[in-house]
Amino acid sequence: MIARRLFSSDRRIAVTIATLLAAAVIVPVLNLAVPAESAFHVPSYVVALAGKYLCYALLALALDLVWGYCGILSLGHGAFFALGGYAMGMYLMRQIGARGVYGNPDLPDFMVFLNWKELPWYWLGFDHFWFAALMVMAVPGLLAFVFGWFAFRSRVTGVYLSIITQAMTYALLLAFFRNDMGFGGNNGLTDFKDILGFSVQASETRSALFAASAVALALGVLVTWLVVGSKYGKLLMAVRDAESRTRFLGWRAENVKLFAFTLSAMMAGIAGAFYVPQVGIINPGEFDPANSIEVVIWTAVGGRGTIVGPIVGAIAVNAAKSWFTGALPELWLFALGGLFIASTLFLPRGIVGLWDRWQQMRATRAVPAEGKAAARTEPQPAE
Amino acid sequence: MSMSGTILYLDGVSVAFDGFRAINDLSLVLDRGEMRAIIGPNGAGKTTMMDIVTGKTRPDSGEVFFDGQIDLTRHDEAEIAMMGIGRKFQKPTVFENHTVEDNLLLSLKGQRSIFPALFYRSSAADRRRIDDILGVIRLGARRNEPAAGLSHGQKQWLEIGMLLAQDPKLLLVDEPVAGMTDAETFETARLLKDIAETHSVIVVEHDMHFVRELGVKVTCLHEGSVLSEGTLDFVSSDERVVEVYLGR
Repeated sequence: MIARRLFSSDRRIAVTIATLLAAAVIVPVLNLAVPAESAFHVPSYVVALAGKYLCYALLALALDLVWGYCGILSLGHGAFFALGGYAMGMYLMRQIGARGVYGNPDLPDFMVFLNWKELPWYWLGFDHFWFAALMVMAVPGLLAFVFGWFAFRSRVTGVYLSIITQAMTYALLLAFFRNDMGFGGNNGLTDFKDILGFSVQASETRSALFAASAVALALGVLVTWLVVGSKYGKLLMAVRDAESRTRFLGWRAENVKLFAFTLSAMMAGIAGAFYVPQVGIINPGEFDPANSIEVVIWTAVGGRGTIVGPIVGAIAVNAAKSWFTGALPELWLFALGGLFIASTLFLPRGIVGLWDRWQQMRATRAVPAEGKAAARTEPQPAE
Repeated sequence: MSMSGTILYLDGVSVAFDGFRAINDLSLVLDRGEMRAIIGPNGAGKTTMMDIVTGKTRPDSGEVFFDGQIDLTRHDEAEIAMMGIGRKFQKPTVFENHTVEDNLLLSLKGQRSIFPALFYRSSAADRRRIDDILGVIRLGARRNEPAAGLSHGQKQWLEIGMLLAQDPKLLLVDEPVAGMTDAETFETARLLKDIAETHSVIVVEHDMHFVRELGVKVTCLHEGSVLSEGTLDFVSSDERVVEVYLGR
């Protein structure tokens, strides 16, 4: 039934999901089955890079759910991503077993180095993949729930909320830098060997991780589309456009925001969990406030308040970053800043908005009598 | 004075903002099923009074009771809305990005929890109710258009429609005919009189023709308290009213 609704009502979403699922099959085939000398061969480093982009895309989509659809400009979404990443990293650390530098079967290397005698309680359970998978969603979700509970109840909005989300990720950055937190301090978690019994270095595993990231993003698109299309989704946008009006209609605006914020944090956590085995490391640098701000830029450039926009933005900006940091490394930050300013000034709805306008122009030229499609107004700030 | 027959009971209510007394020992009683017009110059405290009744502003002192026994000063906006007080703002406030129909859908009386909204399926009863309201506010032809495209007067009507969808016991209607043509003003008066058949209503309005059209008891506020109360003829012949308001 969902599939039928998908194909009849929103072709763009259906195309996005189909593309992702196709990529999940085609890219691994081109990497593994096509010989390296063929022009169609996809090298392993490209698979890993593309897998990373897909994780960023899921993170941007998560941010867009709260920013684009509910007006909550979170400048701390990198924290949820990193927490999901740490949960996965802890599982991967436990899979190393006795193969570490110190050969200690019970403790990860950094704990041996710190002279710890036993595993801290919060590392228990991470030997099991299912437990880690649960924590990937539960830890960011719980943090977002507690944070949102207090912030939204006290009606902290706008720039003040953005500042405290930024403070949250900065506080976590400082905390995770400390060795006695038990997460590897400055160096973070790395030197991973296996995931679910397969070597993380093997091209087969890398291809599988790419495919899994693509499927996760496709699911993220589906869930976001279902949420945004429901009556709750309409309410979410109503809170964005006129929060106090929703209160006078009897809705609890704080609960509306809390649900979206928690769901979004869980999506960000999942993105982080797929990211870590593909890049092979998680360290406190992922909590850097600048990372969270970059996510905002991807979303703005792609087109906020749309589902496809953040995905397009994350992939486009990161592809540009990969090229720039190779060709003109010293200019990248200027280019990123310029991109953000330009898209804010000239493309309020990002790349997707530009595409829509172009399509509209073509349609009106083809059928002049049809007239203009219903103009979308920019969200009004709540009073 | 007995509270039991009243829908709204304000006694000795005061509130000050930074030393400015917006409401000053205001007492006002509305009987069940009554429609009341409130007039008064700018800054008389009309909107602040509505803020107090709907839970947006807490009074510094005084009693505010709804439906004879509910102390409104102990509840917030969403709770008060759920108890049955609806409000139309002075500046029409509708969800601009949503269609006319969705504006009504979000206002429909019923569940206000997150998960039922997430799994909501439109029911025949809801669709019928929305159709009815669209007929009453004459926006049936524009049901699928974004509310942003409506004229000022149509937004006023949509907001009244949202009030109807909410089906409150008491309606607070702030300047419903501001920016309307004479014909629209007349229609709005007719609509409000219809609504008043089955609801208690407070209307704040500057337009004297409109207030006359309503033909109900009038309360004139000035500097945060009641200056005069009675029929429109009585109030408008009151010397103090003429001095502060009509004479200017």
